[in-house]
Amino acid sequence: MYRSHVLVCGGTGCTSSGSAKVIEALENEIAKNGLQEEIKVIKTGCFGLCAVGPIMIVYPEGCFYSRVEASDIPEIVEEHLVKGRPVKRLLYKETVENDTIKSLNHTQFYQKQKRVALRNCGVIDPENIDEYIAHDGYEALAKCLTEYTPEQVIQIILDSGLRGRGGAGFPTGLKWKLAAANHDDQKYVACNADEGDPGAFMDRSVLEGDPHAIIEAMAIAGYAVGATKGFVYIRAEYPIAVKRLEIAIEQAREYGLLGKNIFSSGFDFDMEIRLGAGAFVCGEETALLTSIEGKRGEPRPRPPFPAQKGLFGKPTLLNNVETYANITQIILNGPEWFSSMGTEKSKGTKVFALGGKINNTGLVEVPMGTTLREVIEEIGGGIPNGKKFKAAQTGGPSGGCIPAQHFDVPIDYDNLISIGSMMGSGGLIVMDEDTCMVDIAKFFLEFTVEESCGKCTPCRIGTKRLYEMLEKITKGEGTLEDLDKMEELCYYIKNNSLCGLGQTAPNPVLSTLRYFRDEYVAHVVEKRCPAGVCKDLLSYEIIADKCKGCTACARKCPVNAISGAVKQPHVIDKSKCIKCGACIETCKFAAIIKK
Amino acid sequence: MKSLEELRAIKEQMRTKIGIRNDENAKKRIVVGMATCGIAAGARPVLNAISEELGKRGIADVAVSQTGCIGICQYEPVVEVFDENGEKTTYVKMSPEKAVRVVNDHIVNGNVVTEFTIGAVK
Repeated sequence: MYRSHVLVCGGTGCTSSGSAKVIEALENEIAKNGLQEEIKVIKTGCFGLCAVGPIMIVYPEGCFYSRVEASDIPEIVEEHLVKGRPVKRLLYKETVENDTIKSLNHTQFYQKQKRVALRNCGVIDPENIDEYIAHDGYEALAKCLTEYTPEQVIQIILDSGLRGRGGAGFPTGLKWKLAAANHDDQKYVACNADEGDPGAFMDRSVLEGDPHAIIEAMAIAGYAVGATKGFVYIRAEYPIAVKRLEIAIEQAREYGLLGKNIFSSGFDFDMEIRLGAGAFVCGEETALLTSIEGKRGEPRPRPPFPAQKGLFGKPTLLNNVETYANITQIILNGPEWFSSMGTEKSKGTKVFALGGKINNTGLVEVPMGTTLREVIEEIGGGIPNGKKFKAAQTGGPSGGCIPAQHFDVPIDYDNLISIGSMMGSGGLIVMDEDTCMVDIAKFFLEFTVEESCGKCTPCRIGTKRLYEMLEKITKGEGTLEDLDKMEELCYYIKNNSLCGLGQTAPNPVLSTLRYFRDEYVAHVVEKRCPAGVCKDLLSYEIIADKCKGCTACARKCPVNAISGAVKQPHVIDKSKCIKCGACIETCKFAAIIKK
Repeated sequence: MKSLEELRAIKEQMRTKIGIRNDENAKKRIVVGMATCGIAAGARPVLNAISEELGKRGIADVAVSQTGCIGICQYEPVVEVFDENGEKTTYVKMSPEKAVRVVNDHIVNGNVVTEFTIGAVK
């Protein structure tokens, strides 16, 4: 019996900020003090507060240490683990209040959250199946196999109102029903873990923090639709998630939770991992299934839908990681419990990956219908450096920008579509006043141009032409006519592309045109970038009155574009200037401006 | 895995092992003085005995932690028990055997072991 558990985040975020070294130091230091029998160190999945990683929690006190470095460990072990005095200086600031230590659940970041899909992330050791079982693991599977018929399982999912968390929001129960209705000698279930949106990482975190939840849910899905074989398609760029899932599958097999005759019910199920090479298009269902078959990952026209003809020509059920992560909880707590959360048409919770100009970068899970304001200001901790909120981008390259006027719209599938964006996988990138909306649209278009598979013309050539027009505008060479042409091209690409990639690729352009047309006009007519981002439209100038002639900028300028005598106002030669901004950073008198 | 009972057995066994991580669950607290004086007087075996006994009995809602010197070094090892209502009982001159009794009588049955308390020692 250990008297204390020390949980250290071993997710990708904290691993890259050095949690592996922290764990090593912790184990060494514990051994040095002879505490191995008393204190247990556990490597968990993501806690969500990636911004302040590496993260560490010490139980039974529940002390939440943030930004822990290996060099802090001797002090923590000596003071906290040996003498029982938490090292307050290293605790997450918000948890220390008037000399008392608050529980993590009472911080701004966690208080408003409702963790369903992420319930075990940062709570259990993902490499230990027993810990998963202790948190009701595999009970939902046992319940389905011993108490329910496949039809009843599907009815429960239908009643819950769960919709696909991968982006499009198709009702999950209906998908299961369609897959169950097609009969064949072999059927498959598959899991889409090919998370491609820049900035989204909830699927990775679920797989890293709670891999058994996905295995269990896939087995339940297999039982419901009549499939005996499962595939998880996961990108090779997620090595930690792949490793933990491999361990989890192995453990489930050892316990007989995968394999033949599970829970003596006569139901057989097993699964395999397929690694993707990281092409964005392979997140599209038909491309993903084609890739699992070992062929080039390209989409194909639907129908036939995967539920009719999917993997190897057999009926296949494909769901996203986060969708699966909800299944066991729906079975255990009942569909009414699930549908009591959320809005009329979007039930349950949604995980968002907060990124961009926001204080608490990380993963949050909130009930559907929470407003953008609550997510960004309350949970996300607002925008750094007192800057003003300008827009939030949801849905990655397939989504759109939501401007400040829609800050109080409850987030759900339908509301996001009506304001020109989409849920997507749940990436939420926050932008402040220093972000140029034309530049952002260009950034996402650049991504889709790169990731377009090239099979259909509207997407392959259309996105490229669209990108070129945006480039022209950011260089100050655009015309007002271009704006109309762009809009027309956007709709053409949307209506004629083969798959979801092309059909949604113009969304960033359309939504910025809709809400920030004035910025486009400023670029075109005034040849000016209001946010001061587009280099070609900027010029740097020295205000003669403020310049003291200290020569600091002239010495810093990499192209010798600044000249002037000592103690005399300097000038910038605009023909030489490369607009790198080095002079602004150097100037102590705020004498240099960009416009 | 052949039956739900098998699964439940693993679950029960694990529950007590990880119950410690639910800090809001903890109803009672046992605090052991672990400053130099406490350790020298043998606080560590006392602490271990408490953890062991709680584990053996499958008690998950009691938090065990340590504290520094509270100034009565002559009475170490000192163990303090905080009940649900915040009431504190101070046990002094503890040994692993005495600690096991405190767990059994005080924690499990709710009877303070008066003879080990600070008021009882001469």
